[in-house]
Amino acid sequence: MGGESCRLYVRGIILGYKRARTNQTNHTSLIKLENVNDKSSADFYLGKKLCYVYKAKTKKKGTVFRTSWGKVTRAHGSSGVVRAKFKKNLPPSSMGGKIRCMLYPSNI
Amino acid sequence: MVKVTSTEQALKGVLNKGQTAPKKASKTPGFYPAEDVKFPLKRAAVAKNPTKLRASITPGTILILLAGHFKGKRVVFLRQLESGLLLVCGPYGVNGVPIKRVNQCYVIATSQKVDVAGVDTAKFNDAYFKKPAKVRSKKSEEDFFQGEEEKKELPASYIEDNKALDAKLGPVIDKVPYLKGYMATKFTLRSGDKPHEMKF
Repeated sequence: MGGESCRLYVRGIILGYKRARTNQTNHTSLIKLENVNDKSSADFYLGKKLCYVYKAKTKKKGTVFRTSWGKVTRAHGSSGVVRAKFKKNLPPSSMGGKIRCMLYPSNI
Repeated sequence: MVKVTSTEQALKGVLNKGQTAPKKASKTPGFYPAEDVKFPLKRAAVAKNPTKLRASITPGTILILLAGHFKGKRVVFLRQLESGLLLVCGPYGVNGVPIKRVNQCYVIATSQKVDVAGVDTAKFNDAYFKKPAKVRSKKSEEDFFQGEEEKKELPASYIEDNKALDAKLGPVIDKVPYLKGYMATKFTLRSGDKPHEMKF
């Protein structure tokens, strides 16, 4: 597609895994969505699909970009951070990286 | 019980002349197929519940498509099909979206509505959108290297149907001020936008 003229996802940042002081649960990631600053706003995004797009060295299916899909499961705390599960756990290298929060499945 | 007292008796079998072996309840068949015969499992037919249409989507609602080739485009909702998919149309003349089906989870319903009472959508059912079965034939070596793929052309009836819809929907959209321009532009998020606070 290249150079999309229309963005239909909300940008987010991968904060890391859900964790306690010593233990971390790799199967759940924490995600901060842009302009989402409280729990009630975060609730809008529950169930929405997340897409982590990253770049790899080797081409697969004609592209170097790869994706990892997941979805928002619930809010984490009250500051607008959300918990997310991915089909395959996000790699540690994704921490601090950008993520896309799609607007579907929609219920508006 | 018959007691076995000698080896001969054991070899002969324990039964005497007068005694008859008790009949087995079910005889194993003399012939048993070596290969397993496949037969379809019988399952009770499950009644398909029709997909519930979201309350915000009614015929004539302007929808925003969220994914796929036409993402961001605003389209007119015509009706829900048997399969539960939504029948939508750009119309093609306004924003280039032909008559197509879309799942309601990939759609945002807006508060804008147009009158689609005059549009006849009876011919558009799920079968209408079914692709013709591919004819598969083995390619010879020459075909493989030289045979160029023919450019697929849309069936003329499909193009005509879209034109007919344009003719019906065009005037309806023209009636509402600014609606044509609105339909022709894509919806997009910009920096600072908050979809969770938007009123669509």
